[in-house]
Amino acid sequence: MAEMDTSSKGGGHKKGPGVKKGKKLSTRIDLTPMVDLGFLLITFFMFTTTLAKPKTMEINMPYKDPNMKVEDQNKIKKSVALTVLLSRNHRVYYYEGIGDDPNVAPDMKSTNFSQKNGIRDEIIAKKKMVDDMKRSGSLSAKDEATILIKPDTTSTYSDLVNILDEMNINDVKVYAIIDISDLEQGWIKETEAANAGR
Amino acid sequence: MPHAKIPRQSTHIDMTAMCDVAFLLLTFFMLATKFKPDEPVVVKTPSSISEIILPDVDIMLLTVDAKGRIFFSIDNKLKRKELIEEISYEKNLNLTEAEKTAFALGSSIGIPFSSLKEYLSSTPEKQKEMDMGAPGVQVDTSVLSVNNELAEWVKVARTSNPKLRICIKADGDASYPNVQKIIKTLEGWKIFKFNLITNLKAIPAGTAAAAAAAGGEKK
Repeated sequence: MAEMDTSSKGGGHKKGPGVKKGKKLSTRIDLTPMVDLGFLLITFFMFTTTLAKPKTMEINMPYKDPNMKVEDQNKIKKSVALTVLLSRNHRVYYYEGIGDDPNVAPDMKSTNFSQKNGIRDEIIAKKKMVDDMKRSGSLSAKDEATILIKPDTTSTYSDLVNILDEMNINDVKVYAIIDISDLEQGWIKETEAANAGR
Repeated sequence: MPHAKIPRQSTHIDMTAMCDVAFLLLTFFMLATKFKPDEPVVVKTPSSISEIILPDVDIMLLTVDAKGRIFFSIDNKLKRKELIEEISYEKNLNLTEAEKTAFALGSSIGIPFSSLKEYLSSTPEKQKEMDMGAPGVQVDTSVLSVNNELAEWVKVARTSNPKLRICIKADGDASYPNVQKIIKTLEGWKIFKFNLITNLKAIPAGTAAAAAAAGGEKK
C-alpha cells in the first residue's frame, strides 16, 4: 500500500549545484495507512483496557481463637456500645448497649441506610454522647464509641459493606462484626411486628 | 508568468505528525492497559468511600455472585502451577501435566474437587459452559469440615505464596450467610485482615470522613 511519493520529480525544486538529480527521489512515504493502523490499535486498546483499578476496603476482624479463655477476651462497656442489627430489605435495627440481659428486650429502633435520618445520624449521636461522657469524666479518655455490627441471615452483602462504609464515613474507630444471637433475631421479629401494627 | 510554472498543489497532507500522535497514544494505551481478567460470573460490587487501590500482584480473589456461588482464583501463573500440583497431590486427583498447565493458564475455579479433572481436561468453550452451571467452591463455617473445599484452596494457596492478599469480590445481592462462611473460613486459618472490593462513591458532605478529606478544616 505504501506508495512512494514521487511527485517531487516534476516538482521543480531548485537543487544546489552539486547535487545530482537522480538521487533526489523523495523518501516521503504515504503515511495514511499507518495512521489508520495506529488508530485502529488505539481503539482496540481503549476498549480492552481497565484504566480504573478496582478499589478495595480493608477490613480487620477481631482476633479469634477457640482456645481463648473467656476472661482474656476484651470486655466492652455497655455505655459506649451501640448494637446495629442488619436485617431483610436493607432495614437496620439498633439499640444502645450490648443486649446482654436476655430477659429484658432492649429499646430497639428501626431505621435504614438513607442519607437523612438513617443509621448515620444515630452513629454520630452515639459518638457525640461518648465524647460528652468523656468530657464529664464518667468515661476514661481511652474509651471510644463502639459499634457492634450483627448482620442476620436475611441481610445481604451490600448491607455489610454499607455499614462498614458508615464506620469509615463517621470515623468510628472501634467496631466489630459479630454473629447475631437467636435472642436478637427474636427481638428483630418483635420490633418488626410492633412497627407493622403502627 | 511565474504562476504558470508552479505545478498544481498536491492534496496530500503530511501524515507524519498525525502518525506521531497516533503512535504516541498507542504506546500509552499499550503500556497502561491491563486486560480485563476473564470473569466467570457478573458481579456488581457495592460502593464505598474507600480509596485503597487493589494491588496488582499477590492477590487471591474470591468472587461471590448474587446466588452465593464462590469462585476462587490467584494471580500468578507459576504460583497457580504450584497450587494445582499441591492440590492434585493432597486430593489424589491424578492430574496430568496438561491438565495442570490448563489450570495455570485458566482463570477462576468454581467447581468441586471431584469434577476438577474433568473440567481441566475439557476445551475452553466447554469450561465456560461448565462455569455457567458451576455450583461454586463448597464452603462451610468451620475450616475442619470435610465439605469446606474453599478452606483447602486457601490453605494450599497460602503455603505456595504466603504474601497473598485476600480479596473478596461479592455481589451486593449476595446474602450475608454466604459471605459469612467465607469470613469464618478465613478466620479459621487465622486470617483476620482481608480486603473487600468495592466501587468508589463520593464521600457524603458534612460527615467526619468529609472533614478528614478536606484536611480537617471543618469542625
